[in-house]
Amino acid sequence: MTTTKRGFAHTLWDFFCSLKLSISLLIGLATTSIIGTVIPQGSPPPEYLQTISQNKLQLYDKLGFFDMYHSWWFILLLYLLTVNLVACSIKRLPRVWKIIAEPTLVMDDGFEKSLSLTHEYKMPGDAATLRDKIAAFLKQEFAEPVTTESGGEYHLFAQKNPYCRLGVYVVHLSIIIIFIGALIGSFFGYKGFVNIVEGTSVSTAYTRTEKPIDLGFAVRCEKFSVSFYDTGAPKEFKSILTVLENGKPVPGYEKIPVIVNDPLSYKGITFYQSSYGPAGDGAVHHLSVRAKNGGAPVKLIARQGESVNLPGGGTMHVLESTQEVKSFIPEFSGPAAKIEVHAPNGQTQSFIVFRNYPDLDAQRGGDLIFNYDGADEKYYTGLQVAKDPGVWVVWLGCTLMVVGIMMAFFMSHKRLWIRVAAGRVTLGGTASKNPAGFQLVFDDLADKLKKM
Amino acid sequence: MNAVLFYSTLGIYFVATVAYLAYLIKPRETLGQASRWLITAGFLLHCAFTLDRYLEAGRTPITNLHESLSFFSLSIVGVFIIIERKYKVFILGSFVTPVALILMLVSTIFPTAITPLNPALKSKWLAVHTTVAFFGYATFAVAFGAAIMYLIQEHFLKSKKLGAMYQKLPSLDKLDDINYRCLTFGFPLLTLAIISGAIWAETAWGTYWSWDPKETWSLITWFVYAALLHGRLTTGWRGKKAAILAIIGFFVLLFTFIGVNLLLPGLHSAQSLDFLARTKKSSFPIWKPIVSHPDFPDGN
Repeated sequence: MTTTKRGFAHTLWDFFCSLKLSISLLIGLATTSIIGTVIPQGSPPPEYLQTISQNKLQLYDKLGFFDMYHSWWFILLLYLLTVNLVACSIKRLPRVWKIIAEPTLVMDDGFEKSLSLTHEYKMPGDAATLRDKIAAFLKQEFAEPVTTESGGEYHLFAQKNPYCRLGVYVVHLSIIIIFIGALIGSFFGYKGFVNIVEGTSVSTAYTRTEKPIDLGFAVRCEKFSVSFYDTGAPKEFKSILTVLENGKPVPGYEKIPVIVNDPLSYKGITFYQSSYGPAGDGAVHHLSVRAKNGGAPVKLIARQGESVNLPGGGTMHVLESTQEVKSFIPEFSGPAAKIEVHAPNGQTQSFIVFRNYPDLDAQRGGDLIFNYDGADEKYYTGLQVAKDPGVWVVWLGCTLMVVGIMMAFFMSHKRLWIRVAAGRVTLGGTASKNPAGFQLVFDDLADKLKKM
Repeated sequence: MNAVLFYSTLGIYFVATVAYLAYLIKPRETLGQASRWLITAGFLLHCAFTLDRYLEAGRTPITNLHESLSFFSLSIVGVFIIIERKYKVFILGSFVTPVALILMLVSTIFPTAITPLNPALKSKWLAVHTTVAFFGYATFAVAFGAAIMYLIQEHFLKSKKLGAMYQKLPSLDKLDDINYRCLTFGFPLLTLAIISGAIWAETAWGTYWSWDPKETWSLITWFVYAALLHGRLTTGWRGKKAAILAIIGFFVLLFTFIGVNLLLPGLHSAQSLDFLARTKKSSFPIWKPIVSHPDFPDGN
């Protein structure tokens, strides 16, 4: 019973330590990840759901394909990878640590044969003098050596970058730290959004499932603006935000401009510019109108869709308007409105008036000449709200990963052994990486040693 | 000025490619040397073009398909020149320069006008993220070239047809070494690209990772190359298997670069990066330009 139990535990341990498992998990994660890029995630749009059959819909739902990166089996794969990483590291780390902490100091014949790079030469002088000279040489040209005496011969050992052997384990650790950061974020953080109408404030954000979150303070949108390039493409979305505690502005958090790529953070909660829209209570348009045959212009105020009386009878109303007309009519720029005019004789005419081209409407040849002076329209700003206390843990993990990768890929543990006997010096060396590069270093050192 | 530099580069790349292909047929040392000078001259001109465009646009010129493909080509040539000098294998050029030339030709299809930057791309991470990513792509592209040569060479060895071609190609060991070398540079660059992308996403969208197709495919690429790295630790995975995996990896990578945006947008475009856009789509008419990825600034 005990033996089979131990046998099982042993087999399980071996299973988790195996490199085959790592490779299978990596390939498995790569393959399954494709699903979520083909099937829409979250709440798939209804158009999509109409294109798949009911059976498929149920199957996908059961398999968690609509939120596959959070499905039990995908998380299980990630956990298995973590266990695999830890097990592999536990198994291999002591051996690597031993190479670092207890290096082989003496190069005997057997060990010499195992080295791919060796060099032997005759050198005059007694062993002790040679030893001192070579030790000084190594210290200057390579690294400070450790000297051991054995059987009347001196053994010198010198090494460079022994710790780079730990690089792989630093990378493994960094992955685990990133996972921990992600877990902290998912347990103690949230993601939500707020829509704030200009001039108003909110203290509640909503999650994806419309669940309210109390922010603990309020945020007021002072102003929202969009600027455009000459081409009509948006240039900048900007909200001016103020943080309020108990209804009072917080010093240092007043009228802060927030644009895409430059969020506002307060008490661990960050607000990101993400969208905007008209506040919905309708814009107030300003127009002026004058008669073709002279006369002072009359100012008009027209709410969106509302009919306004014109001097001399007739009415007009604004059909639609834009802050930037360029994207609709490339030849023009600036605000514009499409208006409909009902003349007293029952004639109806609709046309566009531009703020930046005040004289244009005269060319229409109508009895009345309209000028558009722009609109007061309230907008709301859409802000993404995120609290993620795990994000710094993730960045720590990322930093460690970069450091670990640099150690693992670009540094090499180089070791040199020199055996000094009377009249005879034997040089041996090895490197953990880039043998071709090390050979150049080794040959160069051997050459210099010879000329010494 | 910009167009002159671009087309001169294209012209020199064309001549260099012809020279490298001629070298494949007649591997003369002088021809190899000439090809090397040509491609180096082309590279310098290409750098001048990129710098000129940078100055003219006032930003890293990797923000639309025309610029991206040109920069991809530039990085491939740059990485190739380094590897070629190190390993002294002219013939690698016969497999790599055509790829660079084709990328340049394809880039001419797309509009060359310098368009103003949309708000989502106005970030200091644009330069870091795109440059690192493209140099990563380039090293994997050279690894891909070496892997193809490996398979051809192995085919000759297996079929015992040790003809002229066999003589011209480098040894299997050398090709495997180049493949591995590229991997040891490509993998760190890919990692840096993913991390810098995550930092950028955090400042722009409030989340460092949101499993959008572009992110997911870059992670898939990372998984594939990580598997290859671990596979190489076991003896059986070197050589042919490593070459095949390097080829698969490069196709996955190409999909990450271009395929994601061209083939997946109907179902899962960059829009879904933000759940706001999904849950409240109708009320967010201008969402799209805010979130798209630098390769495809207008989401198409």
